[in-house]
Amino acid sequence: MTPILPSERAALMNRAQNIKGRSLWTDARRRLFRNRAAVVSLAVLGTIALMAIFAPLLSPYTYEEADFSLVSCAPDWWRMETARCQAGGAHWFGTDAVGRDLFVRTLFGARVSLAVGLVATGVSLLIGVTYGATAGFIGGRIDEAMMRFVDVLYSLPFIFFVIILMVVFNRNFILLFVAIGAVEWLTMARIVRGQTLSIKQKEFVEAARAAGVSSFGIIRRHIVPNVVGPVVVYVTLTIPAVILAESFLSFLGLGIQEPMTSWGVLISEGATQMENAPWILAFPALFMAVTLFCFNFIGDGLRDALDPQDQ
Amino acid sequence: MAVLTVKDLDVKFHTPDGDVHAVKTVGFDVREGECLGVVGESGSGKSQMMLAAIGLLARNGRTAGSVLYRGKELVGLAQHKLNQVRGSKITMIFQDPLTSLTPHMRVGDQIMESLRTHQKMSRKEAYAQALATMELVRIPEGARRMRQYPHELSGGMRQRVMIVMATACKPDLLIADEPTTSLDVTVQAQILEIMRELKSKLGTSILLISHDMGVIASICDRVQVMRDGEFVEAGPIEDIFYRPKHPYTRMLLDAMPRIDRPKRPGHAVPAPMDRHRPVLLTVENMKVHFPIRMGGFIPKYKPLRAVDGVSFTLHEGETLGVVGESGCGKSTLARAILKLVPKTAGTVVWCGRDLDRESREELRALRKEFQIIFQDPLASLDPRMTIGESIAEPLRSLEAGIDKTKIEARVGEMLKKVGLDPAWINRYPHEFSGGQNQRVGVARAMILKPKMIICDEAVSALDVSIQAQIVDLILSLQKEFGMSLIFISHDLSVVRQVSHRVMVLYLGRVMELADCDSIYQDARHPYTKALIAAVPIPDPKLERAKPKIPLPELPSPLDTRAGLTFLKSKQIDDPDAEQYVPQLIEVAPGHFVAEHDPV
Repeated sequence: MTPILPSERAALMNRAQNIKGRSLWTDARRRLFRNRAAVVSLAVLGTIALMAIFAPLLSPYTYEEADFSLVSCAPDWWRMETARCQAGGAHWFGTDAVGRDLFVRTLFGARVSLAVGLVATGVSLLIGVTYGATAGFIGGRIDEAMMRFVDVLYSLPFIFFVIILMVVFNRNFILLFVAIGAVEWLTMARIVRGQTLSIKQKEFVEAARAAGVSSFGIIRRHIVPNVVGPVVVYVTLTIPAVILAESFLSFLGLGIQEPMTSWGVLISEGATQMENAPWILAFPALFMAVTLFCFNFIGDGLRDALDPQDQ
Repeated sequence: MAVLTVKDLDVKFHTPDGDVHAVKTVGFDVREGECLGVVGESGSGKSQMMLAAIGLLARNGRTAGSVLYRGKELVGLAQHKLNQVRGSKITMIFQDPLTSLTPHMRVGDQIMESLRTHQKMSRKEAYAQALATMELVRIPEGARRMRQYPHELSGGMRQRVMIVMATACKPDLLIADEPTTSLDVTVQAQILEIMRELKSKLGTSILLISHDMGVIASICDRVQVMRDGEFVEAGPIEDIFYRPKHPYTRMLLDAMPRIDRPKRPGHAVPAPMDRHRPVLLTVENMKVHFPIRMGGFIPKYKPLRAVDGVSFTLHEGETLGVVGESGCGKSTLARAILKLVPKTAGTVVWCGRDLDRESREELRALRKEFQIIFQDPLASLDPRMTIGESIAEPLRSLEAGIDKTKIEARVGEMLKKVGLDPAWINRYPHEFSGGQNQRVGVARAMILKPKMIICDEAVSALDVSIQAQIVDLILSLQKEFGMSLIFISHDLSVVRQVSHRVMVLYLGRVMELADCDSIYQDARHPYTKALIAAVPIPDPKLERAKPKIPLPELPSPLDTRAGLTFLKSKQIDDPDAEQYVPQLIEVAPGHFVAEHDPV
């Protein structure tokens, strides 16, 4: 520590009057916005989300209207003068096997996939973090009981679980969120519990208890911010997993139903026609890949932003 | 003739933030049969200099200069050639004896391994040599020890095994890097004694690296004082200790607390104690037992008696020092008083209120009045909170309805009080040094102006100069706020400087409790005497002349006989039997001593 001269000290004191306390989250936001990859990813993801929301305004076609005269038609936006285009407008991404506009369908697919990915992951995050942190923090018998319950849920086959839900509650879009979220939180809870157990032993938690912070306050102010690193990484892995799980369910006929669609459905359809009409696979796959990349970069950025040691 | 000659040794580390110049062109030599001490505070580059000399630098380090072992150049020598010297002619002992031993190999096999590689001995010869060296290093029951695994040995015993490994090959030079820093003073005294014997009996040269002037005083012949990668002073031990020239050397000597001279000019002393002030805290027959699981399928639980019947009182404004070796239950006692760990039995009465009777909310409100400062300044601060938030935490949780601007004002004021710049409110703990972080810890404990603060080894992890500053800070704040302190430390010198009364703990029980001066000048219990005798004094003549008092190995706290180590006459020879509990006897007014066999 270098000695501070009295004059300097006075200056510092004056400066100190104007310095406000900052929290982890304001700092994290500042650091996140300095990460170029994360900012670009946020912009790209935002664009995709906006396009998905305003999809009906971007194209004259609808997602369900089939045109049997134009089955499996390649993208043709560079031939603006063709008669077909003059009739309605370009099929930017071409058409699918029954002549529906792929551009609109991809954007409608984005609605479903992003919604499922974000909501189901959000649900799993909320339940998993709370459940895991609570079990780890309380410890002992309660922890044992809570984790055995998780083990029981783990042992239920995913599909079996979904089918039971479908039978009991009939087929429902909301059920997709519930079913996927209810399965994904289990791993999250385990990760958070393990982290919590190790953080609980740290001296700063003891210091917080000595400072009179309540148990809930310790979980909120000390445990959760310190488990955020591994959780964020896991979340960026969960979103793709959820999007894929949805497409799997839809493929089995348990998820999204035609003519409504999702990226998973579009990709599985496209895969069957990969040889004669590659664009049917390429466009939804490209969108999905870009989206997943973006989530990964944002996850990386968040993890670094939330770690003050990495400035 | 010199065993090791180091000339113009220069060490640089390449890091992402630029090059770090750790050792700046230093030179020294270690002569035949002498002990050369290198002393300096953490970050002075003393360990890196040693590692560079024997070619064990981390990958990003670059060494320049020359290191001659008996005329043979070691810098730039091929790995396999270096290995012929390293481990047989030049051997090392490191600070942490647990990480230096392989956990899955028996101790004997590890010792024999180096003998068989370097000396090409047969298994039988190696065994005999290992056993002989163990005797030299005074490890009792050598043959049994050789069959044990490292985790079965105590810290001191592990360090002795390390010395056996380092000396079995009869090296010319033993390099010891902080060999006793992680050990208790009593064990440290034994290890230093062993090293002194090695030097005189085998004629081994020793290069001892330490931050502790007391350790240096006890065995070194010559000393090099290192700071920021350079030697600032070098010379025979008498010159360094009695006629230091460089201000840094003088500062090191002055900052070191002295058990023989507690009140020195320039160092804070506790405010005089007023016995008539009311009692603040009464702890009665406190017991904290942890169940330890024994056996497999149908487990049996044995109590580990961390704290086993401790009683004391603390007056307002008083400082009670608590001393004892590691594992004696001092930290557990502190946490049990603050209700951070559940106690098994006993009562804690705070200002006339029994803490057990208080509801959860009342207890939380009471926490305003007692706070704690922890040992490790970095570990006790949340890495994801700014220091301002950490200091504000007690305010936020315990002062109802305090608004943001008020919190900020008080945090800023407290930062000034502990000697930190209020502009640093938004910095994170990793941006600060250990001493600065400990100031944050002090600020957090003091912000509510509590009536009592427990300092749990609060200065033990710091360099001596920083330690002196923090002690002065705590004492001056104590004078300002008039609070009581429970000062827990394994360092008897610091405790003598700050305390009014001192309590000596051994395996969870009070051995002696008396006024500070009575304890240090008129210790009655053999354990207290041994503990005081083991503290190294940074004065070579006094240090070498003082009597050595041996202590029995620390028994397992699971063994009920352990409590009667100093009262063997009443001991029942059964590890699970109920044993007699030694009583405290008042030998002089206010001076309590546990029953013990006459020495």
